[in-house]
Amino acid sequence: MKRLYLLLASALLVLVLLPLVLDKYLLGIFVMIFFYAYLGQSWNLLTGYSGHISLGHALYVGIGAYTSTYLAMNHNISPWIGMWVGAVLAMLVGLAIGFLGFRFGLRGVYFVILTISFAEISRLVVSHIPALGGFAGIFLDFKPSFWNFQFRGNVAYYYLSLGFMVASVGVARLLELSRAGRFMVAVREDEDAAEALGVNAFKYSMLGIALSAFMTALGGTFYANYIFYINPNSVLGMGLSIELILRPIIGGMGTALGPVLGSFLLTPLSEISRAYFARGGLEGLHLILYGILAILVVLFMREGMLVYLRRALRSLLRLES
Amino acid sequence: MMLLQVEKLEKHFGGLCAVAELSFFLEEAQILGLIGPNGAGKTTVFHCLTGFLPIDKGEVKFKGRSIKGLRPHQICRMGMARTFQIVRPFLNVSVLDNVMVGAMLREKSLAAARRLAHSTLEFVGLEGLSQERAGSLPLALRKRLELARALATRPEVLLLDEVMGGLNPTDVDEMVRLLREIHQKGVSILLIEHVMRGLMALAQRVVVINYGRKIAEGVPGEVVRDPQVVEAYLGREFLDAAG
Repeated sequence: MKRLYLLLASALLVLVLLPLVLDKYLLGIFVMIFFYAYLGQSWNLLTGYSGHISLGHALYVGIGAYTSTYLAMNHNISPWIGMWVGAVLAMLVGLAIGFLGFRFGLRGVYFVILTISFAEISRLVVSHIPALGGFAGIFLDFKPSFWNFQFRGNVAYYYLSLGFMVASVGVARLLELSRAGRFMVAVREDEDAAEALGVNAFKYSMLGIALSAFMTALGGTFYANYIFYINPNSVLGMGLSIELILRPIIGGMGTALGPVLGSFLLTPLSEISRAYFARGGLEGLHLILYGILAILVVLFMREGMLVYLRRALRSLLRLES
Repeated sequence: MMLLQVEKLEKHFGGLCAVAELSFFLEEAQILGLIGPNGAGKTTVFHCLTGFLPIDKGEVKFKGRSIKGLRPHQICRMGMARTFQIVRPFLNVSVLDNVMVGAMLREKSLAAARRLAHSTLEFVGLEGLSQERAGSLPLALRKRLELARALATRPEVLLLDEVMGGLNPTDVDEMVRLLREIHQKGVSILLIEHVMRGLMALAQRVVVINYGRKIAEGVPGEVVRDPQVVEAYLGREFLDAAG
């Protein structure tokens, strides 16, 4: 275990030093790696640990993005403050969805449908609110300053998103080791058996969705201030909901490092193939590539790639000793 | 003292009456057997007592307090723990972590819960397997794990749903020894059991149900000679064998 922490610390050091040698384009790819690892981790906290499958997590990204952007543009409130407002709002919405799902025993696909419906309804509603830009969305004014959460170049975004990702891994690890995390895993494994052992399944499911929604929304604020443009499809759409769950699924659900590994594997693939296929006039083909990869993982590596990496590392680390 | 009182319990599934006017009680430091043929409603009774099924009619009191409308975790917290007939271990976590979930109910610190989990595993003889994935255990050991998890919640009453079912005679004897020891520590036990060898060795009193109704009650030696019980459940051969 000590060795693993050492390995992770050196990897982190490399990542911290990387901007010294990378150009803007490559930094941008790393920002996306960290960002999707963070979103995947936030989703993982609910679905990976407590087992409730959400396919509507774009909803929380959207709440975060729209809340901080609206407050910044209309009330001149810094996104640094707005992001917490959005996070609390997302948490409340998450709790409402959780209440409906967990209190009335919607398990499995029924809970999935519930999460999709809320996200889709929100997408449609926002599309018809002029104050939020409607279908066209909102272009953010570019006023670079720390206080505005906006920066020139990619270096600041690189460190910000790296910080987000590292913090999310820390949260997941702390959760794993805590009472609450252990109860959540028990609920994931068998809700009735957990109840029979005195675990309040409802309470720990609610905790999972609250934490997950809260963190996901913080990512939404980052997205808005990195891309400078949000619209209902990009931050509330089904596409994002699927996009953000692929990394933890491929890396390994219910593990603190799975989403990170998944993002390092998938995000460069997505970015590079997207650019490559677009040049050849085949936009969208990268999604097919995704689909094939996801199918392969589900068929042959159901526990995610982390298991294999861990096995490989174990023998490697033993060799060193 | 009366620990558990069941009064005129009724449970219907649509038109089917699974449990009807069932009354019995469990005294402190007692082992009570609940037997009956397949489909008699034994597991339904357990589900009603532990909050997994709502009670249609009647009353169930644990330590003098009604448990009607309480959720399973609340009933467990009051001191009544159960096992499942079809064992339900948390497959993807270690044996130790399985028991930790139960242990954390009373022990607020993780270190104390871990100690309790270890000592419980040692008690049931699973200590050597504590780091194994629960999914890798064979049935006999899963039954012991199921027992260990429930024990780790430090219950006053244990509801055991066929913990000996599917075990070979050696494992049955081992389980009987374990349950005796648990009983000696002051835990009362309500036992659903088909394995007569185990039941006869343990139960001080037996309640027999058929079609959800009580058809006999008493000490095991007498109950198994009751013609109605023999007819409904044991079969003539058992009477001949019991002499």
